[in-house]
Amino acid sequence: MSGLLAIFGNMQLWASTLSLSVPLVLPALGGTFSERTGVVNIAMEGIMLIGAFFAVFFSSLTMNPWVGLLGAVVAGGIMAVIFAWAAIRLRSDQVIIGMAVNIFASGLTAYLLNTIFGFGGTPVNTPMLPHLNWPWLGRIPVLGPLLNDQSILVYITLLLVVAGHFFLFHTRLGLRMRAVGENPEAADTAGINVYRIRYLGVLISGFLSALAGAYLSIGVLNSFEVDMTNGRGYIALAAMIFGRWTPFGSFGAALLFGFASALSMPLQSSVAAKNLVQMLPYVVTILALIGVGGKSVAPAADGVPYEAEK
Amino acid sequence: MQNENFQDVTPLERHGFLRALLRAVSTPLVAVILGILLGSVIIEVSGYNAIAAYVSLFQGAFGSGYSIANTLANAVPLILAGLGVAVGFRAGLFNIGAEGQYWMGAIAAVWVGYAVNLPWYLHIPLALAAAAVAGALWGGIVPGLAKAYAGAHEVITTMMMSYVAIFFSHYLLENGPMMEPGYVPQSPVIRSSAFLPVLVKGTQLSAGIFVALAAVAVVYWVLYYTTWGFEIRALGLNRRAARYGGMPVQRNIVLALAVSGLLAGLAGAAQMMGVQHRLYDSFSSGYGYTAIVVALLAKNDPIGVVFSALLFAALGTGAQYMQIGANVPGRMTDVITGLIVFFVAAERMVELASRWLAKRRQQRRSQAGRPGVGPAQGRGAELESKGAGV
Repeated sequence: MSGLLAIFGNMQLWASTLSLSVPLVLPALGGTFSERTGVVNIAMEGIMLIGAFFAVFFSSLTMNPWVGLLGAVVAGGIMAVIFAWAAIRLRSDQVIIGMAVNIFASGLTAYLLNTIFGFGGTPVNTPMLPHLNWPWLGRIPVLGPLLNDQSILVYITLLLVVAGHFFLFHTRLGLRMRAVGENPEAADTAGINVYRIRYLGVLISGFLSALAGAYLSIGVLNSFEVDMTNGRGYIALAAMIFGRWTPFGSFGAALLFGFASALSMPLQSSVAAKNLVQMLPYVVTILALIGVGGKSVAPAADGVPYEAEK
Repeated sequence: MQNENFQDVTPLERHGFLRALLRAVSTPLVAVILGILLGSVIIEVSGYNAIAAYVSLFQGAFGSGYSIANTLANAVPLILAGLGVAVGFRAGLFNIGAEGQYWMGAIAAVWVGYAVNLPWYLHIPLALAAAAVAGALWGGIVPGLAKAYAGAHEVITTMMMSYVAIFFSHYLLENGPMMEPGYVPQSPVIRSSAFLPVLVKGTQLSAGIFVALAAVAVVYWVLYYTTWGFEIRALGLNRRAARYGGMPVQRNIVLALAVSGLLAGLAGAAQMMGVQHRLYDSFSSGYGYTAIVVALLAKNDPIGVVFSALLFAALGTGAQYMQIGANVPGRMTDVITGLIVFFVAAERMVELASRWLAKRRQQRRSQAGRPGVGPAQGRGAELESKGAGV
């Protein structure tokens, strides 16, 4: 019992919950935008990998992590546009195209890792994004240890969640996005360009996934490893569903999954316990999907390709 | 998934052999060619010689009797797991968790293989059966029931179950109950009575290939000649109509995912009993994910699965030679694989390209002063009834 208290009373656990949630919050938020416009984006897993790789690539090339971040977002955006073109314009099966992107991204990043950096991995002097440390923040109880000394992307993520909520529910464009995801025919009749809105939704999810990838590679580490996303893109989709396709809901659900991952950290001492506890985020994901905590309803046109009347 | 063959006849019966064959292979063939072409562009851009790469890839896969045998051996788990994914697809279910089901099958087969002592004619069937049951439960119980009764999307649940299975294998092997005494995280070697006999000495080709081919025959028969197969295909084409037609939709969802998992479990068993003979601690066998691609390229046809499994098995065995012979990192084959899947799914690209060409021709004609006649613009009345709806 006192052991449990020591674990849960440890602020380190909550701080790592937050930092482990970020690579889930970002794609979950991205997936919200994509699916709200009617496109199921399984490709986020692969786009994250692309982002993670190119963040390290550009960061080590220019010795500037911000260029790395920009490179990640651009590369992820390109991947997202290709996915969107196939899913929207060619009306391909969105899940299969997404899988294609994921296989491609996994192969390409591993291939480029060997081609560009050889077999020794990415350079050890790759600069990483700064962690912010304000002494005054650190002195505030509870909030201080939680929020202080996190990667700058953690704060950006928190801002993006709020901005995403505002954008989706309080702007004209946000309303249009939701309309396209619920009833593209009606939106089309009302003069909204369904294709363009869907491209925008997918592009936002691509940017955010790439940010998440960059967070993994130059936010918490300064290296790229093969398949380092470890299924986070899929977990993020589950978080988005559990969060009922809303930015705040996705954020909360992603925190829950982050907590499940953070739990395995204090248990590193025992190999057996570590391996079992590492299953937790995946089990929690399944439980969330089964609907523990209520059923959620997808946007009506989610996953259905739209063909404009000519 | 387009599925034009919803009559109660096999594709062969309907079209005649050649036309059926042509129809079936045209898109996959174009996709493979485009994938290889674009792959060679990437190889060239990154400073290697694409022709040298493909030559050594081909030599690695088919260059000698030895390498052909190894390619066939590599195809065994791909055929079995690919069949599993194809059965799921046929029911409209996207089982991307074949990897986890493969692991559970492998764990079950290895456990029966070393913990039980039986003569070979009982030991081999028992180990295969254990793997089949393990895979079926892994696919059917959680993802199946969750899909049928709670609507949880199987893409995510099967994927999550894969991660759980892999961590479970780590748990078993890293100082766990299945670890061989010593320091290396691996299981004991299975008893030789559970070995699938090797067919070509010095290669990995074992009697597992017969297990795979038998599975192809059984799945073909079940899909096209049994009521349940009919129900599964009906489920995949239109779930609502299947329910309206009085079919037990929820039960069939669970069963389809269970059969899908069963086949992937057998893939794990065939690999353990025919090739590895013990379980190693690793993060991925790779077969479970490639199985998805195998099924997609085969358009979920059981016989097509054999050929598409051979293609990806060849890419797999050839990859190592490509790395040695042409210095090109072996993971290039995954890039090509991703491209092939993309082109298979983006079938309409060809349609779009030809329409664009027709339009240009028409424009040029009208510029030349002739009234544009052009081909009819109407496109076939295509019913768009799919939707993944994660």
